[in-house]
Amino acid sequence: MISADISIVLPEIALAIFAFGALMFGVYTGKDRTAPLLIWLTAGFMVALAFWLGVGATGNREAFGGMFVNDAFARFAKVMILLSAAAVLVMGQDYMQRRDMLRFEFPVLVSLSVIGMMIMVSAGDLMALYMGLELQSLALYVLASIRRDHAKSTEAGLKYFMLGALSSGLLLYGASLTYGFAGTTVFSGIITTLQAGDMSLGLLFGLVFLLTGLAFKVSAVPFHMWTPDVYEGAPTPVTAVFATAPKIAAMALLARLAHDAFGPAVGDWTQILAVLAVLSMFLGSIAAIGQRDIKRLMAYSSIAHMGYALVGLAAGTAGGVQAMLVYMAIYVTMNVGAFAFILAMERDGRPVTDIRSLNMYSRHEPLKALALLVLMFSLAGVPPTVGFFGKLYVLRAAVEADMTWLAIAGVIASVIGAYYYLRIVYFMYFGEEGETLDRRMPPVQWGLLMASAAVMIVGVVNLFGIDPLAAVAAQTLVR
Amino acid sequence: MVGLEHYLVVAATLFVIGIFGIFLNRKNVIVILMSIELMLLAVNINLVAFSSFLGDLVGQVFTMFVLTVAAAEAAIGLAILVCFFRNRGTIDVEDINVMKG
Repeated sequence: MISADISIVLPEIALAIFAFGALMFGVYTGKDRTAPLLIWLTAGFMVALAFWLGVGATGNREAFGGMFVNDAFARFAKVMILLSAAAVLVMGQDYMQRRDMLRFEFPVLVSLSVIGMMIMVSAGDLMALYMGLELQSLALYVLASIRRDHAKSTEAGLKYFMLGALSSGLLLYGASLTYGFAGTTVFSGIITTLQAGDMSLGLLFGLVFLLTGLAFKVSAVPFHMWTPDVYEGAPTPVTAVFATAPKIAAMALLARLAHDAFGPAVGDWTQILAVLAVLSMFLGSIAAIGQRDIKRLMAYSSIAHMGYALVGLAAGTAGGVQAMLVYMAIYVTMNVGAFAFILAMERDGRPVTDIRSLNMYSRHEPLKALALLVLMFSLAGVPPTVGFFGKLYVLRAAVEADMTWLAIAGVIASVIGAYYYLRIVYFMYFGEEGETLDRRMPPVQWGLLMASAAVMIVGVVNLFGIDPLAAVAAQTLVR
Repeated sequence: MVGLEHYLVVAATLFVIGIFGIFLNRKNVIVILMSIELMLLAVNINLVAFSSFLGDLVGQVFTMFVLTVAAAEAAIGLAILVCFFRNRGTIDVEDINVMKG
């Protein structure tokens, strides 16, 4: 019995043991000198785990009395999380090393937070949900302030901590109400209670608090206040971490909670999610227009993108979950490429984040400028790129669920949002002549930037076959 | 006779005080940490009250987890706060303003 349970959580246990081992190795040998080695080892281990999860297990298995679920949905999300975390880890190494801020805790903290994310997407119980979420958040609070002698980084960490702790409190209050009125913390038990009778007021309050807590984690409006400051203040490699894996985990957790625990109350939570989606799309698109700092701009861009992913969820159907998963996969790929570029933005060896520094970039670096152009078009959702198909999927899911107004709002917001992506392209190709950026770009970042841009073009053929996989994943979740 | 609803009212009151403590406090970050702690303890009261009312132990198990996590959270929060104080020499809420947002 217990060995069967453990075999199901083996990937998480393996990663946890690896993280402890890496920590011990770092402490007892060269301290920060081991960091590059640890980064590559961690990334390699994560890719291996992703391969194991993606190819190895099949079927729908539960461990610890339904607390931990390993189904196609969890595996899809976990593979995305592991691969994006590995990519982000290796591309930040050079940046941190040259600024003397590379600490061996960086890969260890990232792997600990990845364990938390893996537990989040596999949670089948409110307790597992809470523990996974906290493991992820606590590691990320420390990551945000990893540059502990730097005012901006510690301020980002403090802001993230305060709002993150507040959101955990709200989520926990919702969990306690749900436990009290459903009589159990297991998702399958909550769904049985809901099927048996009407939604009681207590359960409704519980649902609202749980969704509020998770909305903080995916930075949906009106719970987005921390995002721009934390993105700006944290060191760029850490910002890249924030923009990718945690977003997938929180979004997957939201989908699992909505469908697995509150499936019968679909009418209640689709309304909440639809409002969050509309607000996020519009605020993300409008507030980014005035931004000069590319990290703040990416923060608002991620708020808008979370809005689109929420459109898929708000549809409340299997097609909606599938669209959300495809959208998140595309979003993460685009962001890995965009941050690979942002990490290499520097002048005389000092990082630059002002978008006006891209003036006439195409004249000096035509290939990199072209790659960034493709990524910006894809982020904006311009047709011949994969980003367009991501938006098309979620909007189609909304239309099919009779939420045409939501799809129309999405289209309007994406037109507004296109302005600031295209402005970056404008600066690169038609800007004024000014000081230029350094030409240096480490091979890892160059490779990820080019690969991500290539995926955005080549992927239009068949999206690399993730579409049927996402469909299978969505079907295991929505019954 | 003290019933379930009395416990729930106390917990809800403490929870709301905690939230207001975070948003209305203009003075000191330590007060925010205390407010967060207050929120988590309000949840614990809720969980234990429900657990006793339902005759189900899961709520109390949950409480132990929450207590443990709250301790870890406070440790990390204070550690970040110490780093912040070393850099800025202040922990006033109004001074957390290098970035405007």
